[in-house]
Amino acid sequence: MERKLRVLVAKLGLDAHDRGAKVVARAYRDAGFEVIYTGIYQRPEAVAEAAIQEDVDVVAVSSLAGAHAVLIPQLIQLLKEQGVDDVLFLAGGVIPEDEVPQLLEAGVARVFGPGADLEEIIEYTKANVKRR
Amino acid sequence: MTVDAIDLFQRFQQGDRRALARAITWVESGSAEGNAMIRMAFPLTGKAHVIGITGPPGAGKSTLVDRLASAFRRRGKSVGIVAVDPTSPFSGGAILGDRIRMQRTLSDPGVFMRSLASRGHLGGISMATGDVVTLLDAFGFEVILVETVGAGQSEVEIMELAHTTCVVLIPGMGDDIQAIKAGILEIGDVFACNKADREGADRTVTEIEMMLDLGHMGEPGINRWPADGAGGQPNAGALARLDRTGHHSADEVGGSSSWLTQAARHAALRHGTANPGDQSWRPPVVKTIAKDDQGVDSLADRMVEHLTFLTTTGRWDQLKQRDAAAKLRELLGGRAARMVLERARQAGDLDRLTQAVAGREIDPYSAADELLKTHFGVGR
Repeated sequence: MERKLRVLVAKLGLDAHDRGAKVVARAYRDAGFEVIYTGIYQRPEAVAEAAIQEDVDVVAVSSLAGAHAVLIPQLIQLLKEQGVDDVLFLAGGVIPEDEVPQLLEAGVARVFGPGADLEEIIEYTKANVKRR
Repeated sequence: MTVDAIDLFQRFQQGDRRALARAITWVESGSAEGNAMIRMAFPLTGKAHVIGITGPPGAGKSTLVDRLASAFRRRGKSVGIVAVDPTSPFSGGAILGDRIRMQRTLSDPGVFMRSLASRGHLGGISMATGDVVTLLDAFGFEVILVETVGAGQSEVEIMELAHTTCVVLIPGMGDDIQAIKAGILEIGDVFACNKADREGADRTVTEIEMMLDLGHMGEPGINRWPADGAGGQPNAGALARLDRTGHHSADEVGGSSSWLTQAARHAALRHGTANPGDQSWRPPVVKTIAKDDQGVDSLADRMVEHLTFLTTTGRWDQLKQRDAAAKLRELLGGRAARMVLERARQAGDLDRLTQAVAGREIDPYSAADELLKTHFGVGR
């Protein structure tokens, strides 16, 4: 049987705007992914634990409140510390261009800005999910 | 058995939660590694109390599971949670949102929660749910809460998996209760009337109590019937409830319409009878307001009481026999079918008979008989 791809769509910190996260979650669902949505106001520790328990292939963080530069690297670091090395990290939302390099440096594979094409997000994800 | 599987199982046995999570993924995908994990884990199982939580969409099952997990944690138990959500029949994808409602308990290292998609299975759980429960049991979780998809009339498979089935209802369902009377209402060992702060809670509770009184003797919980034969009559409490609601006279209760006797027989198997010296279980109905953590401790107590009923009456062991028989039946059915199909395909008989049935030259029953006779040795 073909392995189902699983995505964790997460919202970190004091960021209540989850319209985008829901749109992306829906797009993943319609592309045949199993999507676990964490809900808003999550701590990096909780998202890391969810990613482990749900054994996801992808963690996609949506950020519209500016704390991503701190919280996303924290999340990736937490998972690395636990030996998780086969997860694709994606970020999206309102992320200023000058902050993108540091996110990529921290381990985010790609940052999708406002107006990103949903199909492109799906295609990119499928092409870059890590082999297990 | 692959090196990967043996390595993963070693980590699993050391309590590595990542190993448990990966094992679940393997089992869900139906891979050979998944089968290997079940083989290794199975001898460690049979200890956990498996509790099914079912009910219609929006009844508050996820929130209740969250609070129940906390209640069992307060009792010193480790808790595994499996929550099933529906898979889209169009895309094969799913949105699994149960974690959102389980925030309180999920930060607790004594709790592990996994979301499953139903993946086209229609019984209220997914095909792999039983195997996922096996893994959680082997990992050492003492209580395993299994939340079904929002259930209607026929999602009763949870009853086959759980030791204790809790049906969650909410006030104001009105005639909907009537509609599901023959469905999930029959499978409850414990009932929760959630959102009990809403109007109509008392009425909902009374309706469930009345339904239960038709098939059960005694008071909610464990009833021990004296060996001298006293008992065996509908109890005063039940009759009073019927009188109070005015829907049925006491005479009607004694009437034996066929559905009533059938329901009684079904209940007797699972919940015992009021025969002299016997013990019986009358499902209790507990009012809960999960969001405010009210009534949840009482609900957990009732679940533990049901476990006591199962163990003291020998039903716990009977359930294990039942599980073993069901699992073997399921596996044999699937494998035997695959074997016959494969042999028939290689011999060309499958294609030939498929064409023949499509062309109305032979009926499907005779075609199946022929395939079984040729490729399965039936009647040899």
